Amino acid sequence: MITGYAIAVAACAAGVAIWAFVLVVLHREPEKPLLMGVGALEALLAVQVVISVVMLIGGGEPGSMLTFLAYLVGSLLVLPLGTVWALAERTRSSTAILGILCLTVPVLLLRMVEVWGGASA
Amino acid sequence: MGPVPDRPATSSRTPADRPATASGPGRVLIAVYAIFAVAATSRAAVQIATRFDEAPVPYALSAFAAVVYVLATFALARTGPTWWRVALVSCSVEMTGVLVVGTLSVFDRAAFPDATVWSNFGMGYLFIPLVLPVIGLLWLRRTRPA
Repeated sequence: MITGYAIAVAACAAGVAIWAFVLVVLHREPEKPLLMGVGALEALLAVQVVISVVMLIGGGEPGSMLTFLAYLVGSLLVLPLGTVWALAERTRSSTAILGILCLTVPVLLLRMVEVWGGASA
Repeated sequence: MGPVPDRPATSSRTPADRPATASGPGRVLIAVYAIFAVAATSRAAVQIATRFDEAPVPYALSAFAAVVYVLATFALARTGPTWWRVALVSCSVEMTGVLVVGTLSVFDRAAFPDATVWSNFGMGYLFIPLVLPVIGLLWLRRTRPA
């Protein structure tokens, strides 16, 4: 993992989350720009996974390989699966769900940085 | 696009005009439950697979918490009085679990060397495990079948 990149992605995720919650306050259902923001975040996460896999192949040793890989997979799945759930019934609540999904990204990245740095769980 | 109502006009309301548990704001609740279900299940799976011998009781509790979250998520996402009751039981067990495990972990730290979601009332998870069952039970009261 590259900590600086992870921090940048986490900051973007926080930004999209705030954007979503502002739209919730404004009683908006998810609109295209917000969905594109979530999509862009997913792309940033995919790059994060590629960086991490390359560094793992290059000899990186996280505190727990199993935990790290689980977080890698989870970080790719949370936004797409959550967005499908959010959009199944389009209301203001869908926008709130997108915001919450974005909030999980900094948490996942923080845990990944910890495990990459040697934490075992 | 202008403001929209909390629920669609053609909402999946029950005849008694009670919202389904998986409608409107209930969907936000279910999303949070699902996140905790996945987090708790993964954590328990890793704990049990890699070092169950170190602390069998907390890790078994972790697995129990995971089952409760999974059950609550599914029950809330379904419609009908039976699933409503399953959700009520799950959320009640969850509320009891977080209070009992939270209290035990504060007073008997030695028994809980490694964190479960419910340790210290879910402090490691921003106390969301403590707030979640309260909101869940309030939502179930609002969606109680006729």
